Amino acid sequence: MESKKWKMLFFVFCFSLFIFHFPFLTLSQAHAVEIKKQTLPNGLTVLHAERHNLPIVMLTLLIKASPLNEPADKAGIAYLTAKMLTEGTQKRKASEIREEIEFVGASLDTSTGSDYTTISLSVLKKDIEKGFEIFSDVLQNPSFPEEEINRMKEIIKGSLRQSEEDPSFVASKAFIKEVFDEHPYGRLVNGSIESIDSIKQDDIIRFYHEHYLPENAILSVVGDLTSEDLSSLIERHLGQWKAKDRSQKTEVRKQTEEKLREKKIIVIDKDITQANIIFGHLGIARENPDYYAVSVMNYILGGGGFASRLMKVVRDEMGLTYSIYSSFSGNKEPGQFEVEVQTKNESAGVVIKEILKQINKIRTETATDRELKDAKAYLTGSFPRRLETSRRIADFLAAVQFYNLGDDYIEKYPDYINRVTKEDVLRVAEKYLNPENYVIVIVGNQKKIDLSHFQSPKNVH
Amino acid sequence: MRLFKFVLIFALLFIPFTIHASVKEYTLKNGLKVLIIEDHKAPVATFQIWYRVGSKDEPAGKTGISHLLEHMMFKGTHKYGSKVFSNIIQRNGGTDNAHTTKDYTMYHQTLSSDRIGLSVELEADRMRNLLLDPKEVTNEKNVVMEERRMRYEDDPQSSLYEEVISTAFKAHPYQWPVIGWMSDIASIERKELYRYYRSYYSPDNAFIVISGDVKAEDVLPKIKKNFGNIKPSKRSVIKNRTEEPQQRGEKRVYLKKEAELPYILIAYHVPSFPHEDSFALDVLSTILSAGKSSRLYKGIVYEKQLALNAFADYSGFHRDPFLFIFGATAAPEKNVEDVEKAIYDEIEKVKREMPTEREIQKAKNQIEAGFVFAQDSTYSRAFYVGMFEMLGNWRLMGKYLEEIRKVKPEDVQAVAKKYLTDDNRTVGILIPTKSRKEEVGSGK
Repeated sequence: MESKKWKMLFFVFCFSLFIFHFPFLTLSQAHAVEIKKQTLPNGLTVLHAERHNLPIVMLTLLIKASPLNEPADKAGIAYLTAKMLTEGTQKRKASEIREEIEFVGASLDTSTGSDYTTISLSVLKKDIEKGFEIFSDVLQNPSFPEEEINRMKEIIKGSLRQSEEDPSFVASKAFIKEVFDEHPYGRLVNGSIESIDSIKQDDIIRFYHEHYLPENAILSVVGDLTSEDLSSLIERHLGQWKAKDRSQKTEVRKQTEEKLREKKIIVIDKDITQANIIFGHLGIARENPDYYAVSVMNYILGGGGFASRLMKVVRDEMGLTYSIYSSFSGNKEPGQFEVEVQTKNESAGVVIKEILKQINKIRTETATDRELKDAKAYLTGSFPRRLETSRRIADFLAAVQFYNLGDDYIEKYPDYINRVTKEDVLRVAEKYLNPENYVIVIVGNQKKIDLSHFQSPKNVH
Repeated sequence: MRLFKFVLIFALLFIPFTIHASVKEYTLKNGLKVLIIEDHKAPVATFQIWYRVGSKDEPAGKTGISHLLEHMMFKGTHKYGSKVFSNIIQRNGGTDNAHTTKDYTMYHQTLSSDRIGLSVELEADRMRNLLLDPKEVTNEKNVVMEERRMRYEDDPQSSLYEEVISTAFKAHPYQWPVIGWMSDIASIERKELYRYYRSYYSPDNAFIVISGDVKAEDVLPKIKKNFGNIKPSKRSVIKNRTEEPQQRGEKRVYLKKEAELPYILIAYHVPSFPHEDSFALDVLSTILSAGKSSRLYKGIVYEKQLALNAFADYSGFHRDPFLFIFGATAAPEKNVEDVEKAIYDEIEKVKREMPTEREIQKAKNQIEAGFVFAQDSTYSRAFYVGMFEMLGNWRLMGKYLEEIRKVKPEDVQAVAKKYLTDDNRTVGILIPTKSRKEEVGSGK
């Protein structure tokens, strides 16, 4: 029975493996890396790029399991489930997994973000057989031992508590809660002390069975490994990975795109020397066609490091901060727009006033030709650098697939950016930046924070 | 410290393929050394220029001057205005930055390899023609003070690190934080910066490392053209000569600060690379701290559940002897005294029982694999070559590999017995104080 299934799978592999190839251009044809894409009979999408510059293999498995799939009272279950994968399987104890992986100098880690979870294996080519087998084992046969769950919960809760020492963490936690309210993006990925306590072994096992399914996953492999070797590894180690029960799949909730009705200012008192400020509101989703115009606009406003307006004014001209930046989180569902900055408590009001001034400016005046040209040159020109290593390529390919950016994304990206006009920049600034209704969180020494500079008489009642 | 943790993981090498053959070395007449590593896997290149000056070279009362000067290097020359350097690099799809350490200051750009000429031209320009506009100096001092607030004053664990380092050394300038003390930063004047710049930013006190998709025969003429005319500084460079006297008895320091959990650091004076004991110390720190199968994680975090995290960090890549540092964050409701005792128990265990051959082999495998992974990035490739050059000569990298391979269990035990002693340690403990309240207001 078993061997029959294997044979059948192998047959399918032979035919499907080379179905879809697409070139992956990094600036010049000479450095093109070819990507092979296939969907296995069990629904798993596999992306593969051969690179033989070093004897290493980088593997990323993306699973569609994140806070988006959690019930609010079990916040943190996606993160905890992922962390538990490497804490014991049906044939290996936690200590054995670590020892085997680390003995060959490899690493096997999991990470959970707003939209998905990844399992990453970094291994020398000579140890790929061992690494892939352990990776497949933790993916398919985790045993979620009660004792290990309890240990992990204590570490997560302790880390959550220690994070409170970090003022930018405190600010960020308060900010997302205010912007997203009940939406999962409003919670920490690793949950809260209360929600973690409420997660039981059964909950983790159920969450695992609902989400860790081949049709819910993308496998991306980059490095010194041939297609034949990869298909052999997949056939031997992932051939048994089957969907359990499709009817149980939980639905991804829909974002309510309701605008904030009023501005809100939250001050959190801490005995520190700087005010840690986050200014912002709801932003856009990754799929929004305006994503590229927003990328250009944000580069000019505060995403472009020393080239950005916020950095130029608040750091270089005013000397009021070491770091200021703005960002849009282009997530599966609309994420946040935020400006984050630290400045001595006494300057908080001046800095906020300047942020508002810059937001108003980019919403009402067209950017200069130079600004537009520089932003586009950076965004398109930095692509090869962003995809320099096998680890980066593996992660990138999985994300491109997850966000449905298209198999020609790398080729098309420069066009998407170069098409943006000054009028687009003005239009998206007007549409997606809100100088009236926003959230400001300030974590700092309340006695020293002076907000009179930006609170003009008309909005203080 | 963060930088050196990164270095620690990757820098202890055991190379399965030769890197020596791929480094090309040239020296210009003015003393500027150039190291080129050709690697054509991606159309990317990294340019690094290393100046042999760091906080250990600073005069008392002017701590942080090396770092402030690093900031000023981005604020314009006679030819290019403030931040034009970074803007040009970004406009060409590149990224640039710099960092200052106790021993050196390094500037770097990573960009499309066909633009490498930009780095050459711009770095040559700011080696000699820095503007140091007085207004910009005043402004940048404020920026650095904000940086200090962010990195140290408001970060309790980093504050403890600063306390421990400055307590461990009583004579050697390693005691000073690289960023400088707040009042020293405020007191630095333009003329002091200029003097410092003209003394240390000289071709014979620097070297260049280029790694990536470049050909030496293309890039060398560019370097000669741009750097060749820069004359070596006439000012004599003052190098630190102070040696730290031997410590005779434990030192303890406490820091009371708003924080959530107690944190402990324990630092032992140790020699740096290429001292004969440095290799075994590296393997020792790997056994104690690399990964979840390491002794500290297994013993203190996993089994005893006393700490949320625990580490051992041997920063052997210093010009002068530095420290072997243990650290741990106490788990909620646990005593930091018990964490301290658990760390000593792990140290005593190494002294008492010989580490196994398998454990030593695992450490060597971790070191080797980490190094191979790092080779995928042109920045890291250049960094390792540069680090060894900074310590004496990039060829030391080969010696390092050989020596790491030779380390035996008894060597690891011997260095633990020799250096991890009660009288040689400085202990720092963060005692959390707490008070916080929240106020929600509406603008309307």
